[in-house]
Amino acid sequence: MLVDDLNREREMIISGHNACPGCGAALAVRYLTRALGPNLAIVLTASCWSIIAGAPPLTALKCPILHCPFPSAGSVGSGLKRGLEAKGKGDTTVVVLAGDGGTFDIGLQALSGAAQRNEDIIFVCYDNEAYMNTGMQTSSATPFGARTNTAPYPLFKEGRKKDIMQIMAAHGIPYAATATVAFPDDMEAKLKKAQSITGFRFIHVLSPCPPGWGSESADTVHLSRLAVQTGFFPLYEIHNGVDWKMTWMTDKSRLPLSAYLDRQRRFKQMDKEKIVALQEELDDEWYFLMNKVGPADRC
Amino acid sequence: MMAFEVINGSQAAAIAVQRAGIDLVAAYPITPQTVIVETLADFAAKGELGGEFVSLESEYSALSFCNGASAAGARVFTATASHGLAYMHEMIHWCSGARFPIVMANVNRAIGAPWCLDPDQGDSLSQRDTGWLQIYCSGAQEVFDTILQAFALSEELLLPCMVVFDGFYISHTYEAVDIPEIQDVGKFIGPPSFGAQVIPGEPGNLHGMASAENQQRLVRSRHEAMLRAPALYEEINGRYERLFGRKYGAIDAVMPPGARTAILTAGATAETVRWCLPDLEQTGLIQLRMFRPFPAKQLCAVLETYDIEKVLVVDRNCSIGAGGIFAQELKSALYGLARPPAVHDLILAGGVDLTGALIKNALSKMPLENRSTELWGVE
Repeated sequence: MLVDDLNREREMIISGHNACPGCGAALAVRYLTRALGPNLAIVLTASCWSIIAGAPPLTALKCPILHCPFPSAGSVGSGLKRGLEAKGKGDTTVVVLAGDGGTFDIGLQALSGAAQRNEDIIFVCYDNEAYMNTGMQTSSATPFGARTNTAPYPLFKEGRKKDIMQIMAAHGIPYAATATVAFPDDMEAKLKKAQSITGFRFIHVLSPCPPGWGSESADTVHLSRLAVQTGFFPLYEIHNGVDWKMTWMTDKSRLPLSAYLDRQRRFKQMDKEKIVALQEELDDEWYFLMNKVGPADRC
Repeated sequence: MMAFEVINGSQAAAIAVQRAGIDLVAAYPITPQTVIVETLADFAAKGELGGEFVSLESEYSALSFCNGASAAGARVFTATASHGLAYMHEMIHWCSGARFPIVMANVNRAIGAPWCLDPDQGDSLSQRDTGWLQIYCSGAQEVFDTILQAFALSEELLLPCMVVFDGFYISHTYEAVDIPEIQDVGKFIGPPSFGAQVIPGEPGNLHGMASAENQQRLVRSRHEAMLRAPALYEEINGRYERLFGRKYGAIDAVMPPGARTAILTAGATAETVRWCLPDLEQTGLIQLRMFRPFPAKQLCAVLETYDIEKVLVVDRNCSIGAGGIFAQELKSALYGLARPPAVHDLILAGGVDLTGALIKNALSKMPLENRSTELWGVE
């Protein structure tokens, strides 16, 4: 049997979903459901996936999807898991699926509450770095220098992207990890590890958005890889908020940031000064990360 | 087996929830509701809750949590008041649209600005269009009985139910309350049987995008389900009476012989009026218990049967720019009556206390030639 056929049996996503061509979030959820299924229930907050999932009675996934309002994902997920436990179905994995808006911004309070209570759920943020379902408006996950429709040229996103991983680590949750669709084995390993742990788990997936980022549809996996290789989106995991470990690449191998920025129209208006500023910001974050990780875990 | 206990309205609500066989309680504090969740926490601490007690980080999350748990088929409860209810507003709509039979107690309190703790009903009344059943209680016994009945009503209709009572006048006032044993309550309401929406292993795209046409079909089916509530409530009360000897209606009227004036009100003010009736001439009481659905048919039947000429509505609320809300709804219900009574409104917005003197004063300012008078509790 071919590997592809093996995977096909595990596939939970159904062809004919409503994602744009090259959607990173569609691919992320494909890997996610394949890794965690079939005994899976998804709580889905307002985001691109509200559309990708299709209009009932149609559906894009073989598992139940419970839609919920924008700020509520962390709490609805908590309630669903405890409700299933009360009804003798505690073995079902409950995944909360949210975009960056539903995680970094409007969903942060419920996310923090669920993390603090150490609810037994996996919160997955697919981060396309802006409100993409409404057409590319700035969120607190939008990187410095990017153009959005609420920061149109000559404006640009000012201020840093919020460091959600640090926020989650500060909650002392059992497990948090970053992942991209360019490293599906790494992503699957992290999801499987998350599933084997009880308590609150957080997975942060970078999700390239061709229409929003102004990138080629065929470039989603490549961009995801460049994000990792430039240090724009490092791959690592955090156990119990304190044990940080890189899962890909060393300090010395970072590619120049321009390799990543040049392939996206959202960064087109960035002048040299801004690119240097963004590079300095990433260098700071890299330095912080390396300090957290410690020499032994820099892989 | 029954036993009287001297408890306040908040404790009555909590004990009813415990007796109902609850799976999950979602808690967040707010004055004057806090005693409800504290009492439930006491049950949990003693291992007597029967379900799980979870403290959330906001009212919005408390109701969101109920939403998730209800999707798994669990029986859930939460309680709030005032700003807490306002903060829940988005989820209040959502829970009804998603047909989750959640029971929530709301303890009336004014909404700011400025801060005010008194029992204005504007908090719950501003949620009147959200698709929740609303039942108003006038005392602790009624709170206890209504919470139990609310679970039965809500789970049958698959509509959430808000049990409403006044802050302090009911929530913090002690009365003798007849509390049935838990095994007897089990004869009235068994484990939840409304079924889970989320079924692991089965695909389901629950509450995803609908067209305008499908949205209308869903709105209409909720509307029609809610219109079944008064008749179903009567049936539920028939069962309740056979077990526990007490029953309530969508409205409860007390009409002394020869009464030509009726005072219509909801909540603790109804109890005040009941006590004042012997001092009033030719005046009866219509206690509005069910507000959603609005029992227009029952109200008109009482007004016609007793040939009521004048109604004094006591509204501890005000829809700014329109007046007292119960008065508005009554006027709308009277449309089409051959001889509709005059409707006068005593507005106690802010949570102003209703006294016998205020009632008498209001009744003296309603000459027969006036069809509608707006009176205020304080100058």
